[in-house]
Formats: sequence, structure tokens, C-alpha cells
Amino acid sequence: MTFDYAQLVPLVPEIAVLALASILLLVDLWLKDDDKGKNHLIAVFGLVVVIGLTGLVGSEHREIVLNGSYIRDPMSDVLKIAILVISLLSFVYSRDYLRDRGMLVGEFYVLTLCAVLGMMVMVSANSFLTLYLGLELLALSLYALVAFDRDSPSGAEAAMKYFVLGALGSGLLLYGISMLYGASGSLELGPVARAVAWQGADNQVLVFGLVFVVIGIGFKFGAVPFHMWVPDTYQGAPNPVVLFLGSAPKIAAFALAFRLLVDGLGQLHGDWQGMLVILAVISLAVGNIVAIAQTNIKRMLAYSTISHVGFIFLGLLAGTVEGFAAAMFYAIVYALMAAGGFGLLVMMSRQGHEVERLDDLKGLNERDSWQAAMMALVMFSMAGVPPTVGFMAKLLVLDAVISIGFWWLALIAVFFSVIGAFYYLRVVKIIYFDQPEIAGPLVVGTGARFALSFNGLAILFLGIFPASLLAYCQAAFA
Amino acid sequence: MQFALPVLTLCIWLPIVGGLAVLTSGDKSPDVSRWAALGFSVLTFLISLLLWTGFDPASAEMQFVEIAPWIPSFNAWYHLGVDGISMPLIILTTFITILVIIAGWEVIHYKPSQYLAAFLIMEGVMVGVFSALDAVLFYVFWEAMLIPMFIIIGVWGGPNRVYATIKFFLYTFFGSVFMLVALIYMYFKSGSYSILDFQQLPLSLTEQVWIFLAFLAAFAVKVPMWPVHTWLPDAHVEAPTGGSVILAAIMLKIGGYGFLRFSLPITPDASATLDWLVIAMSLIAVVYIGFVALVQQDMKKLIAYSSIAHMGFVTLGFFIAFTIFNRSEAEGGVVLGMAGGMVQMVSHGFISAAMFLCVGVLYDRLHSREISTYGGVIHRMPVFGALMVFFAMANAGLPGTSGFVGEFMVILASFQADFWYAFLAATTLILGAAYTLWMVKRVVYGPVTSDKVAGLRDANGREILVLGTLAIAVLALGVWPDPLVNVMDASIQNLVQHIGVSKIAAGPAAVAALP
Repeated sequence: MTFDYAQLVPLVPEIAVLALASILLLVDLWLKDDDKGKNHLIAVFGLVVVIGLTGLVGSEHREIVLNGSYIRDPMSDVLKIAILVISLLSFVYSRDYLRDRGMLVGEFYVLTLCAVLGMMVMVSANSFLTLYLGLELLALSLYALVAFDRDSPSGAEAAMKYFVLGALGSGLLLYGISMLYGASGSLELGPVARAVAWQGADNQVLVFGLVFVVIGIGFKFGAVPFHMWVPDTYQGAPNPVVLFLGSAPKIAAFALAFRLLVDGLGQLHGDWQGMLVILAVISLAVGNIVAIAQTNIKRMLAYSTISHVGFIFLGLLAGTVEGFAAAMFYAIVYALMAAGGFGLLVMMSRQGHEVERLDDLKGLNERDSWQAAMMALVMFSMAGVPPTVGFMAKLLVLDAVISIGFWWLALIAVFFSVIGAFYYLRVVKIIYFDQPEIAGPLVVGTGARFALSFNGLAILFLGIFPASLLAYCQAAFA
Repeated sequence: MQFALPVLTLCIWLPIVGGLAVLTSGDKSPDVSRWAALGFSVLTFLISLLLWTGFDPASAEMQFVEIAPWIPSFNAWYHLGVDGISMPLIILTTFITILVIIAGWEVIHYKPSQYLAAFLIMEGVMVGVFSALDAVLFYVFWEAMLIPMFIIIGVWGGPNRVYATIKFFLYTFFGSVFMLVALIYMYFKSGSYSILDFQQLPLSLTEQVWIFLAFLAAFAVKVPMWPVHTWLPDAHVEAPTGGSVILAAIMLKIGGYGFLRFSLPITPDASATLDWLVIAMSLIAVVYIGFVALVQQDMKKLIAYSSIAHMGFVTLGFFIAFTIFNRSEAEGGVVLGMAGGMVQMVSHGFISAAMFLCVGVLYDRLHSREISTYGGVIHRMPVFGALMVFFAMANAGLPGTSGFVGEFMVILASFQADFWYAFLAATTLILGAAYTLWMVKRVVYGPVTSDKVAGLRDANGREILVLGTLAIAVLALGVWPDPLVNVMDASIQNLVQHIGVSKIAAGPAAVAALP
């Protein structure tokens, strides 16, 4: 049996990320303590190269390699680039924070890059095993990252909670996958889809497996009622880790859901649609209502994540090409907004104190009006107010939901968005209308300042010209 | 007629770009920001005058149309255009913005560049609302308007500003999201987001009723109509003078404009079926809110309530159309009512702006809006006192001022609909006079009540310039409303023709008695 090395071409970005992680692991050994900043430079430069490589190997065609376990299609190209860009942003945001706390060590970058690799594998998985492999690589790296601040008891507690619930979610997913394997006789998504089409929804084992798969997806997304880990993990983890954990993995989770539910079990759409409706509605309700009661901004954003997951599910459950494109657009846009929101928290919590109370943002406009404007853009975008991209994302999802005749679902969604608007507005209120508790201007590094500006302006630009990103999302499903 | 110059695009984006420029200029030299803001607003006004001069009043077609692809996969277009209904409102917007910028000249000390930038951006966005012919574009402008207003009230407002501004935002947001669902629904019925296509779209009565209610939720909050008006007094009281002026003079008009552009032409049968609801809400606004205004102690609150009552006339003028259809064969009354509503909107734009500016002048001196603080102002401020009395007369609908024209036209039209509508509407002539003149009596006339009032300086040149300009506008529109009425006549005729025809695709027309 000969191995065709041309098969490896679509995997070049993944290989590059792995190589980057390995290089950093080695380089870090020879770096002196006051020279750890080089890690950052190598990681950032490496990611830029990987983004270029992903663009180069991408094309309009789909390729399935490695005996059917790996796929590269337009969707995976777009999602990978989005994941890489968001990860790059989070590196830039976090540099000063990590340096000030002596956490600018190679391990942070190695673990983060392993997580990135895991996400890329998930995005390109074409079999249950590859998918699970990617998922676990991501999850294990994140468990370690949450506890990255060794001296922080709350970090350790968060990591433990995340680990236990994450493992439970993985277990349920794996159990569901084993059912599907038993019923279809294959691990590859293509043959599974054919088997499902042939057996239909009459096969109880198949539907049983589907239930567990949906629960697993719910856990990974943090959808209600499988959301309990989200606020606790966000609260306990160091800010840069929350920034990373709260943004890019949502894109990977979208890929997970899409590969499993649509590529694999597309024929069972009627079955999983109902489940997603329930998950979406209660996620919207719980996420938006509970967020109002939070005083910790990280917890608030955690509940806001949960409500956004509800919107991503709304797009998915439509089951149409427009719906998938809308959900994909939403996932990418959400990652961008979350990166901006958490990025500001990372930037602000430099001088030996962790910004996590809402009150810490008081009077930001007094201290630095440009950063305040960017944060306001992020908040208005999360609330779904035009001309920011958050509105466009919501519009597309609502459009998909109404196109399948679920206009009542659209009404529920907009109703909860109005409730949600309140707590985003409260953040804007705190930034603009309150007097600062800490006087003096905000000290921010050039890199982070640039990153937040890029982030905020991207939100505005995509809101005014959504077609620029939307075209790629729609091409992915054409 | 087609202009090579993209006038509407300029009117939208010039102030927005100008606003961003002013924003980046920072607060190091406030005078530069002020002059730059004034320059941008005057330039925008001058450009918007091209709309008036180049407008063909004989045509009901959309003019100055600009169309370009925006989100192709979504069939949403950057589609702009004006007709006789939206064009006067655009010019009102660009005109009032200049006055607001002048009015805030020496008054705003806290971050003036952000203040001016917010108003300029607001101006562009409001022009966008009036000129958008694509539903997505309209909705984007409609909602985007909230952001600068939210900041204006929240940052430069009074003591209770946070409550007021969040209430304002959430009320409006809540109303409009249902409109969004209705717009998307119609997109799937018609395959396009063009408002003009929506107007031709056949819809069953049930669909129309739901869509009508969704629109009502959005526009009634914006107008605001009783019983969803409660955000307005709060927002007005807390907003800085400039914010109140924009809110009363233009933002409220956007609700009225929405009825003309969306509710009536898109859902004519539902409007005919549910016109009693809107008429009832309008008459309650005229009568009940008139009484509420009578007992106010705060001048701004009083004017805010009077705005609600006056806007009740606007919606009454629009919706008596169907009763007149049922009663007589003449369309004259219908056109009269709608034109009256439009004139009332423009006139109220001038008068309410002037009234809020008058309160602003007093507030800048004594930092109180309470009526009881003042008394005998005219002895110390003769020029200002005269102007304020003039505007109060206009607010009460004195013949010769613009306030009279609109009210008279609407009352005349409602006589053709129903005597009791006219009777209730006409109570405003008494109530409006009562609450406005009583306030004037207590504030302007009488003996000088306190040392504070005794120390008042008369209005300075800047204030006289702003108020004098408005006084001329009020007087001009009052004695010679013809240009305005002519400009919108063709469009209103067209609208009346349109709403007279049932849109229910199959079966007999719901409005059996239609001509």
C-alpha cells in the first residue's frame, strides 16, 4: 500500500500549527526569563503564516483525504481562517497581561496552539473519530489553560468544574456516536449519511444515538440546560483564557454541530429540529434573563454567550442553505464580538488587578474615549442594534427561521433580544454615564490598542457591508 | 428628473463623515469643533435645498432615486429616493440640526466634540430614514438613530437621565423588532425588500392585520401615541435642550412618516378595519393628554405632553381617511386630512423646537425648569419674552401661525368623517390654549417674583438668531402654506388613490363601500 503524499497538501495548515507548537516548546527551553516576549512574536508571526497557508490551500472544491477521515471544503477554509484570526487577536490582546503576571511562558502558547489545532481538526473532520480527536485535543488544552494561573484557587476550581462537566459532555457525545456506529456500521460521515437515508428515522437506535449527540453538542456549545459550566468557568479562569475560550471555540462548536447533524444525520432533520427548537428557546430565555442579574461582567458575558448560542441553533435548525450560512455567519461574528468584549477586560486588568466587576468599567469614556467607543460598538453589536454586524447576523438568522414558516419562533427570539438589550445597554451606560472609580487615563499597549480598534471597526464594517463576509459563508454551502 | 449629483447620499453621509471628523478632532480646541460642525450642517442644508429646487411637484413618483447593490444574496439594495412626503421632512431635519448646533454653542462644556458629533451623525441617519426605499436599509437607519440619542440623553442629560434614556431605548427597540419580523415576512411573500414592492404586494386580511399591528407597535411608540407615550416626558425632561429639540422636531415625525410610508399603503385593508383603534388612540391623546399637560409643573414636561397631543392630530388626520371614504364619494376630505397631518408635522417641528429652545434659554440662566421658579420674565427679558409668547400662541394654534393651518385642516376633514371626531379634536383649541397660555402667564407675565428672575439677562445674539429664524419659519408657514402643500399634493393624491384599493388578492374587497 503506497501513500500518496499529495494527500497531505490540504493538511498543510494543521501541520504548520503543530510544527509551530513544537518549535515554541523547544525555543522556550532556551529563552531567559526576561526574554520570554520572543514566544509571543514567534506565535503571532507563525499564525500569520498559517493564515496565509490556509488561504493558499483553500479552493472552491471539496477534497476528502486520508481514507475518508478528513475533508477540506470551502466551509472549512472559511472557518479555519476565522479561528486563526480570532486566536491571533487574542494573542495580541493578552501579551501585556501575561507579561505583567509572569505568565508569558511557552506553555501558554503551546497549549493555545494545541487548542487551535484541535479546532482545525474538528472543522475538517469527516469521520466520528477525527471529530472526537479534535474535540478532545481542544478540550484537554482548555482544561489546562483554565487552571493556568497556578496560584489562583478560583482558577483551579473553575478548571475542575469545567473538566468534570466537559468530560461528561464528551462521554455523552461518544456514547451517542457509538450508537450511530452500531446502527450505520461506519465511522465516516458519508456512509453514515447513506445508511441513515436508507434506514430512515424508524431505527430506534439511530434516534437514540441522535439524542445523545445533540446533548453532547449542547454541552460543548453551553446551551441550556447543559450550560452550568459556562459562567463558573468564565468567572474563575484568567481573563486571557476566557478571551480565548469564549470566542474561537464557538466557531469550532458550530463546525461540530454542522458535521454531525447535517453532514452525518441530515436525513434526521425532522428529529433534531425539534430538539434544537427547545434548546434554542430555553437558551435564549435563560441566557438573557439571568444575565440581567449579574454584577460580574465575565458572568454576564457568559450568560450572553448562552443566549447567542440560542441564535446559532435557530439558524441551524432551519435546515436550509440560508440557515446554515446564517448560523455560520453568526458563529464567526459572535467570536469577533466576544473577542472584543473580553479583549477589553484583558487590556484593562493590567496593573495587578483583574477587571471582572461591571463597576470596573465605570467612566471608561472619561479615561479613554476611543476604547470606550469600541466597547460600545461591541455591546451594541451584541444587542443586535444596527449599523453593527450583530444586527445583520440576527437578521439573517430570523430570515432563515421565517423562511421555514416558524415566524412564532422569530417573535420569541426578538422578544428575548429586547430583554437582552437591557444588560448590554447597562454596560454602555456604565462606560459613558458613570464617573470613573479610578482616575487617570487607561494605560494600554500599542498592540492591544490596535487589536481592539481592528475588532471594533471590523464589527462596524461588516455591519455596513455584510456581503463581504456573507458571500463566503453562502459559497460554503452552495 | 434625474440629477447627476447624488444629493441624498450626500445628505446622509456628509454629516456622518463630518461627525466622525469632529469626533476625532477631540476637545483640545472646542471652537474648531464647533465651527467645523456648523460648517458641515450648513453645507448639508444647502445640499438638501437642491432637493427642493430640483423637485417636480407634479409627479408622485420617487425622485432623486439612487440604487446600488448592497447585500446581493439577500436582495437588499442601497435604494434611496424621495417623494412629496419625505422631501419636506428631510429639509426640516437639515434645517433644525443647524439650529441645534448653534443652540449648544456656549452651553455644552463637557466633551463638546462628542456632543456635536452625535448630532451630526444623528442628522445623517435621520435623513437616511426618510429617504430609504429598501426595508433593510430603512430598518438599519431606524435603529441606528437610537444610538446617538441614547448617548446624548445619557451623557448630557439631567439628574435622572440614565433611567430616562434606557427607557427611551428599550421602548423604541421593543416596538421596532416586531416591525422587523413583519418586514422579513413580507420579504418572503414578495421576494424583495423594496418598500415600493411591499406597497403593491397582495396580502390577505389576516396577514394585513398582523403586519399592521407590528407596524403600529413600532410607529405608535415613536409618535408616541397614548398609551405607549410614557417614555417621552421622561426623555424630554432629562435630555439636554438640543436632544429635546431633535426628539420633538424630527424623531416624532419619523413615526408619523412610518404610517404614511408603511402602514397605510402596505396594509390598507387592515388600516380600514382597525382605523377605529388609531382614531381612538389619537383622540385620547388630544383630549386626555391635553388635560395632563394642564397640570404639569415642569415646563419641559408640559411641552412634551403638548407634543403628544399635537401628534395625536397627525395620526387622526391620517386615519380618518377610511371613515370619509365610507361616508362620501369625495376624496377631497381624505386628501385634506392627510395634508393637514403633514402640515401639522412640519409645523410642530418648528414650534416644538422653538418651545424647547425657549425653555433651554431660561434653563441655561437659572438651571430650573419649574414654572414656579419664574414669573415676570418679560420685565427683564423683553425680546425673549416676546418671542416666547409668539411661539406659545403658535403652539395654541393661533391663526396666522403654522400651528393653525395643520389643526384647521385636520378638524375640517374630520367634520366630513364624523361630527364627534371633529368635536373632540376641536377641544384642543381650548385645551391647547389653556395649558400653553397659562404657562406663559405664570412664566412670562406678572410681577418679577424673585431676585433670581430680577437678575436675568435678555437673550443674546445667538439665541435671538435661533429663535428669530424659527419665528420667521412659523409665520411664513402660517400665512403662506401653499408651497408646502403643493409639493406634497401629488404624492398624497397618489397615496389616497392607493389606499382606496383593496389589496386582498382574491374575493370581494373588505371595504365594500369604497369608491
